[in-house]
Amino acid sequence: MMWPLIRQIAKVGIATEKPPAAQAHSDPGRIHDEILKILGRALTIREVDAGSCNGCELELSALGNVYYNLEGLGIKFVASPRHADMLLVTGPVSRNMSRALAVTDEAMPAPKIVVAVGDCAINGGIFGESYASLGGVAKVLTVDLGIPGCPPEPIVILEGILTAVRYRLKPRSGE
Amino acid sequence: MDINDLELNVTVMPTPFPLSRGEVTPDEWVSTALAIAENHGRLVTLWGSEKRKGQFVISAVYDIDGGKLLWLDLPIPKGVGKYPDISTFFPAATRMQRVIKDLLGLDAEGASDNRPWLSHGAWPENYFPLRKENTGHETPSQDQVDDYQFVSVAGEGVHEIAVGPVHAGIIEPGHFRFSVVGEKTLRLEERLGYTHKGVDKAFENFSAVDGYQLAGRMSGDSTVAYSWSYCMSLENIWKWNVPKRALWLRAVALERERIANHLGDLGAIGNDAGFAFGLSQFMRLREDWLRLNKSLFAHRLMMDYICPGGVERDIDREGLTQILSQCHEVESEVRSLQGIYDDHSGLQDRFLTTGTVSNELAMTLGLTGLAGRASGIAHDVRVNAASEPYTDLLVNVSTRVSGDVAARVDVRFDEVFESLRLIRYLVDNMPEGAIRKEFVRRGPVGSSAGWIEGWRGGIFTALDVDSTGQVARCHIHDPSWQNWPVIEYAVIGDIVPDFPLINKSFNLSYSGHDR
Repeated sequence: MMWPLIRQIAKVGIATEKPPAAQAHSDPGRIHDEILKILGRALTIREVDAGSCNGCELELSALGNVYYNLEGLGIKFVASPRHADMLLVTGPVSRNMSRALAVTDEAMPAPKIVVAVGDCAINGGIFGESYASLGGVAKVLTVDLGIPGCPPEPIVILEGILTAVRYRLKPRSGE
Repeated sequence: MDINDLELNVTVMPTPFPLSRGEVTPDEWVSTALAIAENHGRLVTLWGSEKRKGQFVISAVYDIDGGKLLWLDLPIPKGVGKYPDISTFFPAATRMQRVIKDLLGLDAEGASDNRPWLSHGAWPENYFPLRKENTGHETPSQDQVDDYQFVSVAGEGVHEIAVGPVHAGIIEPGHFRFSVVGEKTLRLEERLGYTHKGVDKAFENFSAVDGYQLAGRMSGDSTVAYSWSYCMSLENIWKWNVPKRALWLRAVALERERIANHLGDLGAIGNDAGFAFGLSQFMRLREDWLRLNKSLFAHRLMMDYICPGGVERDIDREGLTQILSQCHEVESEVRSLQGIYDDHSGLQDRFLTTGTVSNELAMTLGLTGLAGRASGIAHDVRVNAASEPYTDLLVNVSTRVSGDVAARVDVRFDEVFESLRLIRYLVDNMPEGAIRKEFVRRGPVGSSAGWIEGWRGGIFTALDVDSTGQVARCHIHDPSWQNWPVIEYAVIGDIVPDFPLINKSFNLSYSGHDR
């Protein structure tokens, strides 16, 4: 049983690629250091689908694959909002999810970063505003950064996450 | 069963799959449902519309005999506001009828469950978005969610576990209420509708030629199947002949979508059984697959590739060669991973006999698509209601009878290999010619349907286009409607920690369901 497994692992080798160079810190070690410098620890993210079509979820999940190796950079999706530094929100905010989204945000300790992932999270996208959809995440929460795309590709999301961490310097009032 | 046996006045529709349509009286609505249920027919979908102010129509589509569709319209006279319940014959109708109440305000008379379903109390009780008097842009002041009446289980040692709508991990939102004794699940009740975005109403703001983009965003993982199903109905209404090459390229995209999802699921199911190796290997293959999508179809998920009249771009000879060589690589990798999965006793221990849906239960509840095939229901739109190019392809339908997680895993492996074979055939025999019909923005008023086998199951579209070329009503049905209620049964008697595994083995759409 073990041999085919080990053989497969050895055959594939290390497939992880260099992280995006756009932010002028392409070295994983430096990204890791920068996150440590800003946050004092690894970056933890709570993701909330506030009404997405699941396209953004597919690309967020892809960040965990061996090519992007998110955890290798010290970035981790966590289950509890109380453990999270960053709230990643996808989808137009449906009225049926707005309360759950607000409660998740309230449960997060300050300082926190809120990132809207995808066109819908930025302005409601193709679904817009209606009796069922509130539109973008900014209708409910204070958003630090929006990552455009339908859905944004994993590499674009990763760049966005790094940008949000880097430029989120001023604490919000009340934090 | 033959349509003539039903003694209804129906006309045969000019669709590329067998479809007859007719108007019925309330009595015929019930007697036909009973006759179809007794002959093991299936309810494909059920929805309501307001044709003109105050004039409502309830519509149902049945598959009466392995691919022969019957579309019934029941006009509701002004001021009546109700129609007879059919959930006694087709349990899957229950939630669909509750939605007709939520969105249109019509009651299913005689139904036992009349709780709201998509409406969570965020808009007023007397506001029905699909009515013509409403634009859909009304913004209700109330945003309080209601207290849903879950069915409770009593007895010594019984307690409830409430999960969601926000789950651990990157998943769509939904609420699951478990009643358990110790670790054993006595009952599961789902509450969905959290991602309700008002898509049905939003369609009314789209011109018919642009509606495919909204259709392609109802369930991102099935964007190809949705947009094809939508385009097929529009092309039927306007009697467009889609070029042969375009249809073949659409099929390449559809099979690539199936494989992409199966690869992701095979990894995720392994992971939910504690086998992280599987996730890491399959997600790598999926990423390779999506990257080739990006370079050939201009989008990783192939959104908006299929458009009215054809496809957005051609694939040249070199691109087709790349597709072939990738099929070759993926096939050999998946074969060796299948060997590892099959020989892994720990994994098989979790898969076998977990989340079982017997063939009898599957038939009763109307389980459909991939999950249905894993419970012995050999139904696949690509075979039972094949349209070009599937008429040339002769798809081998994979089935299992055990109906457990293992069966749903096995069917996925089979379907990966079968879709790889289909893609090779499509590429090897790709017809030459145009990829899109000359583009017109308007056509005659009318309504028609589309039916495409997405990776989960059949995606059925009923589209109404008005004289200005605008969408009058578009109803797109996701197979998750039939399959969600079945999970409530599949988990009974299993332990709570098996739920994520069972749920993932179905991997149903929340967004496609909530709309």
